[in-house]
Amino acid sequence: MEADIDLKGLRVAVTGGTSGLGLALVRRLAVEGARVAFVARSAPAVERIANETGALGIVGDIGRKDDIYPIALQMTGNLGGLDVLINNASSLGPTPLAPLADTECEDLEQALAVNVLGPFRLTKALFGALAASARNERGALVINISSDAAINAYSGWGAYGASKAALRHLTAIWAEEAKADRVGFLSIDPGDMDTPLHALAIPDADPLTLRRPEDSAAELVETMRAALSSRTGQLDGAHP
Amino acid sequence: MIPADRPDRRSAKLLAVDASGRMRHSTRADLASLFSQGDLVVANDAATLPASLRGTHCASGEPIEVRLAAWVSVRDPTRFVALAFGAGDHRTRTEDRPPPPMLSPDDRISLGPLAAVVERLLGHPRLFALRFLGNRETVLGGLARHGQPIQYAHVPEPLALWDVWTSIAADPIAFEPPSAGFALDWRTLSAWRRRGIGLATLTHAAGISSTGDPTLDLRLPFDEPYCIPERTAAAVNQAKSEGRYIVAIGTTVVRALESAAGADGNVRAGEGIASGRIGRDTRLRVVDAILTGIHQPGESHFELLRAFADHAALEHISAAVVKHGYRAHEFGDSMLIERVKT
Repeated sequence: MEADIDLKGLRVAVTGGTSGLGLALVRRLAVEGARVAFVARSAPAVERIANETGALGIVGDIGRKDDIYPIALQMTGNLGGLDVLINNASSLGPTPLAPLADTECEDLEQALAVNVLGPFRLTKALFGALAASARNERGALVINISSDAAINAYSGWGAYGASKAALRHLTAIWAEEAKADRVGFLSIDPGDMDTPLHALAIPDADPLTLRRPEDSAAELVETMRAALSSRTGQLDGAHP
Repeated sequence: MIPADRPDRRSAKLLAVDASGRMRHSTRADLASLFSQGDLVVANDAATLPASLRGTHCASGEPIEVRLAAWVSVRDPTRFVALAFGAGDHRTRTEDRPPPPMLSPDDRISLGPLAAVVERLLGHPRLFALRFLGNRETVLGGLARHGQPIQYAHVPEPLALWDVWTSIAADPIAFEPPSAGFALDWRTLSAWRRRGIGLATLTHAAGISSTGDPTLDLRLPFDEPYCIPERTAAAVNQAKSEGRYIVAIGTTVVRALESAAGADGNVRAGEGIASGRIGRDTRLRVVDAILTGIHQPGESHFELLRAFADHAALEHISAAVVKHGYRAHEFGDSMLIERVKT
């Protein structure tokens, strides 16, 4: 019963929505009837995915502070509020991957800007909208995309791993702090997927050993559905 | 953007005045320890639009600043009541700005990535109905990229949305920030929750506070749409029926709640339009206390306070505000005024 919550009308925002897991999420959520907004940097790619899925495309760079409120304004203004924010956009740091001793400071900064500061800033800008959704019993959720590199120390993954570890801990602390406001926070590791990001990191990986992003997206949507149904108190009602 | 570490952002003062006129000087941080168990705080969760747009009046080639000032139809971002300003920027006092180019119906205005048309003038050469060419998505995208928050002469830094969205900002329908809400942060809200003080929100499209033109200012505030959620109306009505206090965070909350109150004092949920002014002759049916900025006699915000306190009490407050150096503007200090029961 809990898994039957209807996503129709659910207002969801996805960052990094034009490739990999983000794109698979946008497609999946749109098919399920959610009202989806997504962000990415490339205007042509944003337009293409918006036309394909019917989702709202927003051009912006999550790693730039000046872009955050314009993104938040377009999300809330177009969707009429927000129920779920999925911070998915990620930067690897140096490509090809590099040992920390060879990592340029700017590459680490870029990883932190996109993987930690971006999700922090966007969540902060949208926290009022998420809390309003929770007050109105719609359920409110922030999903931050994590990685096993946030836990395990893999050589060459220093910038990415350190930034994802920071994001994971940020998520855990925010989950504690936002409990009383009933805004949920989840950190989800979607596994190693056959995505452009993974190809940048490990160009010679055998795709057969990697998950399809569509499968990870489907799983993530089910996790989201379960988390929402436990938060809204409405088990099978469509979102108005 | 105002630097977040500028000391006055954290050290704002708070003047609390109770129903007997007794004043207490404290700091905004003390808000967390004010009010009593059972009191209900009502705040406005409107987020603020980047409502100031620079561009060119196509017929004359003259520069123009357009300020979106009110909705024609709430949440339809393609049509607005708008104000025109001439050259110059916020560093010039609004009153001292040169007049805008002469506007006529069907004039085109180019505003960065946005194109707009003058639909008609609204009884004044600077006030007009504006229509953007485009749909909701393209207009909101253009506003997000090109618009700036309405600026104030007393704040030298160019404002960014970072500066004008309150902590609880959710729904971008205000033209200027519901600035009393700057006093709220999540730490304060959490302290109130622990102490059994309720929080409810409504969304009220706060309009522009000043036009820079005395005759136009007489027409302020413009009609302001609001929406009161069912839960908020229920919480307010229950608190009232049990004799508990209703504290409004800002004048917009007072306008919305009093406008939505029936003769019996019960607040109706749903959408409404707050029109007209609240002032000395208004009998408040709902709100018991207001947290607001520091205002000067003559401003419409100050005149609204006359519904809470009599002339002598307000004179007394104004004198104290000057004597103790309270800062009077959108990013300044706060005062909390309890209504004198009649």
